[in-house]
Amino acid sequence: MKKQNIVLLVAVILLAAFPLAMQDGAEFGGTDDQAKQAVAEVNPNYQPWFSNLWEPPSSEVESLLFALQAALGAGFIGYYFGYFRGKASKGELNAACKGNADTGIAQS
Amino acid sequence: MKTNQRNIILGILIFLYPATANAMHIMEGFLPKEHSIAWFIAALPFLIFGAMKIQNIIKDKPEYKMLLGLAAAFIFVLSALKIPSVSGSSSHATGVGLSAILFGPAVSSILSGIVLLFQALLLAHGGITTWGANVFSMGIAGAAAAWAIFRLCQALRLSTKIAVFAAASMGDLITYAVTAGQLALAFPDPVDGFIAAYLKFLGIFAVTQLPLAVCEGLLSVVVYNTLADYEKQGLIKLPFTLVRSDVQ
Repeated sequence: MKKQNIVLLVAVILLAAFPLAMQDGAEFGGTDDQAKQAVAEVNPNYQPWFSNLWEPPSSEVESLLFALQAALGAGFIGYYFGYFRGKASKGELNAACKGNADTGIAQS
Repeated sequence: MKTNQRNIILGILIFLYPATANAMHIMEGFLPKEHSIAWFIAALPFLIFGAMKIQNIIKDKPEYKMLLGLAAAFIFVLSALKIPSVSGSSSHATGVGLSAILFGPAVSSILSGIVLLFQALLLAHGGITTWGANVFSMGIAGAAAAWAIFRLCQALRLSTKIAVFAAASMGDLITYAVTAGQLALAFPDPVDGFIAAYLKFLGIFAVTQLPLAVCEGLLSVVVYNTLADYEKQGLIKLPFTLVRSDVQ
């Protein structure tokens, strides 16, 4: 299972890295920017009637916020798996201490 | 197992390199008013049902509260990761497949709604006016597809891993197939109508999204593997017992 997860994660990394290596000079812009252009082609008169309430002042700040979003999620995922792992080993520890106490080892 | 956890986090962190352009979801103001309102109304019943379901989980099944958090966290991570694709553009996955499998599509709609609101308000990604449409494509259509495909794979007695992969990756693709449909409905081709516009928008998303859908499927299996392993060891309980077939 552990091995399989490593293989899967490596596959994900390769899938993401492959285009970067193959498409030299591509801009890797977002697909929603392309969608915007397509809207302009289909309906050149369309004017967006509402704009974002707030926009990150720079792409650096934007990537900060995206990283923050991912970090919050990743942090909780790590917490979740760590919490239940820790809870179980604490239970084992308590059981072990109790066992020792019963046999008198803990008293010495 | 400890290394396993570390691997998940490491794998996730590898993708945190700064990405430049925006990706996905319908941009703020890019749906006519009537469409914005219609999609919001279409999403509403699912959101209400989802909110009730979440309330029930918190009240009656507090043992799943943390798992609910995990499903939300997974959406947070995956929809923040903008991954370059073979088409030379970037997009991001959705992460809704996992929550749809664990809790059903109604719960996914609420979790997606939270993430989409966060991105609309703080990242200028998606929008308030297009929130209903984006919730519908990602949190309802994508999630319902993932849930249905998972159930279908189960009925066909395929391994749960295959089921999770198929559900999560197809849910991802269907999210963007629906997004393309929403845009085509709003902006039909002046000459050739809806179908031509649909193919045009679909063409933008489909090629880019394909490898990302595979990534989403694989990452969902990684989390599922870990969950199944924890369940096998009696550390956690999952809301469904379908896992057992290939855990034992």
